[in-house]
Amino acid sequence: MDIFVNGESRQVQDSCSVQQLLEEMDLSGQRLALEVNEEIVPKSRHSEYCFNPGDKVEIVNAIGGG
Amino acid sequence: MQDEKLIIAGKAYNSRLLVGTGKYKDMDETRDAIEASGAEIVTVAIRRTNIGQNADEPNLLDVISPDKYTILPNTAGCYTAKDAVRTCQLARELLDGHDLVKLEVLGDQKTLYPNMVDTIEAAELLIKDGFKVMVYTSDDPIIAKRLEEMGCVAVMPLAGLIGSGLGICNPHNIRLILENANVPILVDAGVGTASDAAIAMELGCDAVLMNTAIAGAQKPVLMASAMKKAIEAGRESFLAGRMPKKAYASASSPIDGTFF
Repeated sequence: MDIFVNGESRQVQDSCSVQQLLEEMDLSGQRLALEVNEEIVPKSRHSEYCFNPGDKVEIVNAIGGG
Repeated sequence: MQDEKLIIAGKAYNSRLLVGTGKYKDMDETRDAIEASGAEIVTVAIRRTNIGQNADEPNLLDVISPDKYTILPNTAGCYTAKDAVRTCQLARELLDGHDLVKLEVLGDQKTLYPNMVDTIEAAELLIKDGFKVMVYTSDDPIIAKRLEEMGCVAVMPLAGLIGSGLGICNPHNIRLILENANVPILVDAGVGTASDAAIAMELGCDAVLMNTAIAGAQKPVLMASAMKKAIEAGRESFLAGRMPKKAYASASSPIDGTFF
């Protein structure tokens, strides 16, 4: 199925979890925050939360800013 | 003389200089400048993770560790209350529940002037949601007081436009805000050079937040050191109380005892 990650379309397995996505993207264990359809998925739920087709995922971190 | 510490949201700080982490050449320069500034509170922005980036590229929070600094995530780039609230919620998740934020909701791209209608709306929502809000505001003393009364933990009027380096454009308004304040008042934005920072502190501001004045200097690390001293000098000068200005000269050496 297709989901959107940071604005880009991405194909993932059916019932792919947040944790699986992060591992596929080499982001597992990194300091980040993630939301699906504008709702935060807390770190404690990354393993259990599974995507639905068309989900809009945002993955963010801290960068330089004033 | 032992100065009292800066208290923000119940935490005490020795440094009255808060710095941003934007616009530096690289992570080394960021780290060195922040170290030289002596700042204990450091702002960061929240942005999409750069997918496919070089895995060796250091993460800002590895360089500016939350163990060493109080990280102050900002809502820079937000033009609506909704986007600002969403950014703060992501920041809290990113920083393991850390709930101190710098709220700024901007009005237009040319001036980056704060949109106070949406700022107030966002502040209300964030405070209700348990955030401790340090708020970027116009230098309107009525608005500043309102933000304090709502429960913002610090009120941060601009002294000049963000990134402009124009200095303290309206010291009279900053003074009016200070007269009525019961929370820390920080000048945020406008400082261009060390003397501007000293002027802000001499007015009685509790602290100053800056980014471009350091990062945009020819030698950012040296300017960070200059700013640290200017903040300290300005603070001591404020506490010391300046001499009154006079229209005419007043001799410093005694008039009596001259032999000529």
